[in-house]
Amino acid sequence: MTKGILGRKIGMTSIFDDDGFLIPVTVVQVIPNIVLQKKTEKNDGYDAVQLGVEDLRPVLANKPKTGHAAKAETAPKRFVKEIRSPEMMNYEVGQEVKVDIFSTGEFVDVTGTSKGKGFTGPIKRHNQHRGPMTHGSGYHRGPGSMGSIDAAKVFKGKKLAGHKGSETVTIQNLQVAKVDVEKNVILIKGNVPGAKKSFVVIREAVKKAAK
Amino acid sequence: MSQQLLNEITKEYLKTDVPRFRPGDNVKVYTRIKEGERERIQIFEGLVISRRGSGVSEMFTVRKISYGVGVERTFPIHSPFIEKIDVVRRGKVRRAKLFYIRHLSAKAARIKELR
Repeated sequence: MTKGILGRKIGMTSIFDDDGFLIPVTVVQVIPNIVLQKKTEKNDGYDAVQLGVEDLRPVLANKPKTGHAAKAETAPKRFVKEIRSPEMMNYEVGQEVKVDIFSTGEFVDVTGTSKGKGFTGPIKRHNQHRGPMTHGSGYHRGPGSMGSIDAAKVFKGKKLAGHKGSETVTIQNLQVAKVDVEKNVILIKGNVPGAKKSFVVIREAVKKAAK
Repeated sequence: MSQQLLNEITKEYLKTDVPRFRPGDNVKVYTRIKEGERERIQIFEGLVISRRGSGVSEMFTVRKISYGVGVERTFPIHSPFIEKIDVVRRGKVRRAKLFYIRHLSAKAARIKELR
């Protein structure tokens, strides 16, 4: 299906592109990606490689994790994700996947965990509008009507206050601005979900191919 | 650590030959202009009224009066479109942003030269 790699968001900066324009980029560091396991059509019903990055602290490494990683002859990993991709099946267990599988100009989808916003009201959470603050309004930042009185209940899915953020977000069709093999870094044009230092999955774009 | 990496990445885009200039100075900016296949250099000369940001994204604004109309252009300092920057005159000013100059005309907009 698609090739993919795991990385860590470092932060944002700008670079000059080939045309000389200053473009905003997100720096994603690709710490060594180790193939921990290969899932096959025959065994598991689908083709995928399981990648892991960054060693787990010894305290957190339990026996199952250690044993699983031992098959690939590495230490247990902190961030483990499967990339469903028949194209990547030529990698062997224990092998390292490098940044150079992506090249400049390619389009990618980036998945990460968005920044947690805590318990927020409907204005921030669902982009609702507020009521008038003055003129005797009395209705300022509320969630609005709960719906029909006839139903005698609030329907599921009614937009209310609640927890916002800390969810898995994918941004599609981001362009790779540059790949630095020496520093093990991918520069992606635009922003990428999540906080700095958080893990992200970079996959080849599903909808858009490189020109 | 991460900031260090960001600096390393942007380092190759930084110019090393940028002259020292600050708001209040008059500068000549030699800009590369592409017309189809041909490339030529156009000079934009005027007063630096602001300098903001740091690193690759540092920008500066130059203001000049062209045929009686005030024209301002903002450039990234390290832009490859800029061939070079010449400092024509150093001015004596007491603030970092000279936006007040926009409201002044001719005589009032003069800036004393720094000696």
